Amino acid sequence: MNYIWYFLIVISIVFGAINGKLLDVAGAIFSGTELAVKVVLTLLGIMTFWLGIMKIAEKSAIVDFLSKLLKPLAKLIFPELPKDSPIIGDIAMNFSANALGLANAATPIGIKAMEEMQELNNDKESATNSMCTLLAMNTAGFQIIPATVIAILAANGCKNPTDIIVPTLMVTSIAFVCAIFLAKIFQKIFPPQKKNEVSSHD
Amino acid sequence: MIKEIINLISLWALPSVILIILTIAIFRKVPIYEAFIEGAKDGIKVCFNIIPYLVAIIVAVSMLRASGFIENISAALSGILIKIRLPADVLPLTIVRSLSGSAALGVFSDIISNNDINSYTSKLAAIMMGSSETTFYVLTVYFGAVGIKKYRYALLTGVCADFIGIIAAVAVARLFFS
Repeated sequence: MNYIWYFLIVISIVFGAINGKLLDVAGAIFSGTELAVKVVLTLLGIMTFWLGIMKIAEKSAIVDFLSKLLKPLAKLIFPELPKDSPIIGDIAMNFSANALGLANAATPIGIKAMEEMQELNNDKESATNSMCTLLAMNTAGFQIIPATVIAILAANGCKNPTDIIVPTLMVTSIAFVCAIFLAKIFQKIFPPQKKNEVSSHD
Repeated sequence: MIKEIINLISLWALPSVILIILTIAIFRKVPIYEAFIEGAKDGIKVCFNIIPYLVAIIVAVSMLRASGFIENISAALSGILIKIRLPADVLPLTIVRSLSGSAALGVFSDIISNNDINSYTSKLAAIMMGSSETTFYVLTVYFGAVGIKKYRYALLTGVCADFIGIIAAVAVARLFFS
């Protein structure tokens, strides 16, 4: 992440200079911080609300129910997580919220799962395999119906905005499955520096 | 008909999730109001943890967008792209969609206003838009919330999956709309 951040900024400054847009680049520092605060403020409300709802789901054993339901699948995708862990229920809810296009709900639930995984992590600065798999699922952006895009197409006078549903579902499914496979391959190539996950076999 | 069903699902997805959770909880005698407050308090804490991570990444991405780098790359690659039927107009979207959600929406609006809304270009852009997630933002928020600084292979996975998504989008769009 150190190098990526460095390169993002260096490329911006170098290309800003070449394109004569250095003033815009400097301005972007301030508009960027402003945007970051706006994002956090939006997130603050959403996060508070959904973590509240999730606590209710947890206390009424809905999360446990989902965990049990998805145990066989979870064992395959998240072999490092303890058996019958409520984390699996949270991951299931995160996935369902994403699939239904409820990104606002998916993020807080996913973060809750991350926090629970962090508790099992011995190296608090470094990501575990399970965390990377969860993020692979989330960055792939699996969605059943791209409602926002359809709405924009319809608003701009598209005759059949819904004809993108099947193609989009195909693309997003391919990306989703590939992301999980890639995560599984990369975890072998980039092992953690320390053994950092509590094993499910003890 | 399909349109109405989709509208109905979009309309009911959120309310029904909340309704189901609350109803099950009430039947199981969970003190829902207290539970809500207890969980909600964590939300505030998590949000404040994310601020430094978000500022770091959003400033860097804003600078990159302002520098004109994305336009430079698009111009440099446009020759090759025509051969695989990825229109030059769509290229900025393939880069931006991994970096910033609001910027991607802006680029997408540009594409559909500069091209016929029913054209291959617009449909391809729509498919890419509908099948993408802002990889950088997701990594920043999720890892930032729990204080992870070493992402290991998470970014590589996200970027590779995005790339596969782009290829798949072109392939599928050619199949359906050209």
